[in-house]
Amino acid sequence: MTSTLSLAAVSLVCLLTLVVGALGLRLSRATSDFYVAGRTVSPRLNASAIGGEYLSAASFLGVAGLIYDFGVDQLWLPVGYTLGYLVLLVMVAAPMRRSGAYTLPDFAEARLQSRRIRLLASVLVVSIGWLYLLPQFHAASLVLRTVAGVPPWVGGTIVAVVVTVAVGAGGMRSITFVQALQYWIKLTALAVPAGILLAVWWRLGHPEPVVSDAWRLALTPRDTGDHPAYRTYSVLLALCLGTMGLPHVLVRYYTNPDGVGARRTTVNVLLLLGMFYVLPPVYGVLGRVFLPDPPGSGVDSIVLRLPGLVVGGVRADVLTAVLAGGAFAALLSTASGVAMSVTGVLDQSVMRPWLQRITGGDAGVGGGFRLAAIAAVAVPYAVSWLTEPLSLATMVGLAFTIAASTFAPLLILGVWWRRLSRRGAAAGLTVGAVTATGSIGAALVLGSPSGWLGALLANPAAWTVPLATVVAVVVSLATPGSVPAGTTRLLVRLHTPEGVDVRRSRPTD
Amino acid sequence: MTQTPEPARRVRVTSSRRSGARMTNTPIARDLDEQTGLGDVYLEGLMRAQFRLSLFVVGLAALGLGLFPLLLVMLPVTRRLVVLGLPLPWLVLGILVYPVTWLAARWYTRAAERIERDFRDVVAPS
Repeated sequence: MTSTLSLAAVSLVCLLTLVVGALGLRLSRATSDFYVAGRTVSPRLNASAIGGEYLSAASFLGVAGLIYDFGVDQLWLPVGYTLGYLVLLVMVAAPMRRSGAYTLPDFAEARLQSRRIRLLASVLVVSIGWLYLLPQFHAASLVLRTVAGVPPWVGGTIVAVVVTVAVGAGGMRSITFVQALQYWIKLTALAVPAGILLAVWWRLGHPEPVVSDAWRLALTPRDTGDHPAYRTYSVLLALCLGTMGLPHVLVRYYTNPDGVGARRTTVNVLLLLGMFYVLPPVYGVLGRVFLPDPPGSGVDSIVLRLPGLVVGGVRADVLTAVLAGGAFAALLSTASGVAMSVTGVLDQSVMRPWLQRITGGDAGVGGGFRLAAIAAVAVPYAVSWLTEPLSLATMVGLAFTIAASTFAPLLILGVWWRRLSRRGAAAGLTVGAVTATGSIGAALVLGSPSGWLGALLANPAAWTVPLATVVAVVVSLATPGSVPAGTTRLLVRLHTPEGVDVRRSRPTD
Repeated sequence: MTQTPEPARRVRVTSSRRSGARMTNTPIARDLDEQTGLGDVYLEGLMRAQFRLSLFVVGLAALGLGLFPLLLVMLPVTRRLVVLGLPLPWLVLGILVYPVTWLAARWYTRAAERIERDFRDVVAPS
């Protein structure tokens, strides 16, 4: 019974995504449709769309799972996901909209006038995107295995197919309204069961969760050699700075009418994220009331298992189905957003040049885009077979760490510092990427050694972000000759408010 | 515009020289656009004002949230403190941080728009 209802809910969400993808094909034929739509999108609607795309399976399932497993210290995760938008707001929101850049590689190229840096940024967007897609596949497997007992490969495969078709059909991204709807679906799917479960818990005499001191008390080391304060600060830094460097975040800003609109949208995003993120801790804590001993693995499924533990019968089946549908909405909307960004970059910098070469310029635009969509999804899907699923929020955290170590210094220095040179930017990006991926890779290979070495390798943002920034600044100062000639023109464009006539410096969009 | 009209009238009546300093009424916006030295000074001023505001907000957030773990470590009693039925860390990190962040963002947006309005009034008076 549980499985029937839940499978129906999941199928409905998948079908909705596919229908929307098919409609998108009809409604949007070119990127310009996206621009034109942009002029009519209000900050409120746009904020819902950003929330709809941003809240992934890591937020819907992973945060509650980690709080359930480790307790109070994991509350910093949703705080970091939210503060990321505050940093984005004050550092880059309005200038990025005014830059006229559509993606991160676009901005890198416009700011530094270098194809090579564009290429570097493209490689990073694809890597971060793939890293972000990986946990979405694992989450899909987890959801279907938990609610219906199907083999793990089914969920991931369904998501891979749905996302490829939706993105390959084109225009999934362009439908702001649907992404906006996704936010409210996710919020409702998490809030209503939370309210019901809380009410039942209260009627049962609101029993206390059965937990250890390490779970209840903030910053208690998990074992000797654990450094909770360092871990907390490092994760917080990665999340705060990583948000602006995620491939699917910045693209949405283009639908704002202007810089002022971009800021107002972000304020609304913060409100929507706040409303959402008060909910996951409810599941984490109630999990400890009704299932005091966490199972060794798969704590991410606590959100889905809770209804069955608290209420019985049909009520539990309905609530589980609602949560499963919400989780699928979360991972599908994020996965299509990220896959869309990765596809765009692959299409532009790999597929189109390649097709040009082999067909002598005869190839249509659509074919390359569809091939790119398949590649964008197939690679992380294949990797998801090979990797042992880490916790969802941990995996997403890796993507944040790399984004924070590479794009955050590039964007912040690019927007606020005139003396950023090409060599400086390239050096900063390279050092950030190599140190962040290197240390995470080392931590995974070595199996998280304990003590300071393990802490520094597993959560490297606290040292890789400052390092990348310092390298970018020092190299820039040492190579004033490679400061791009159009820097001032671009900064005029980024910072001059709307209504001031600087027509030569503005792009025609 | 807020000045008294008196001196302006005197200037107009007495000066009939054509060889004097060029009285331009081209807005500074053109200087910005053409990247003259003057335009550069104005751009620098705008960027500095905006960046200072941004750093202020980031600094506040860093101070507030950066010091909170320190408080928990230094004063272990705060880890067990129960406020409004919830342990203090849960109350602060689970609930309070969100409305505070939202209010800070709203305040920032208004302040940044004010800077831009003032800038617009100076470089492109209508």
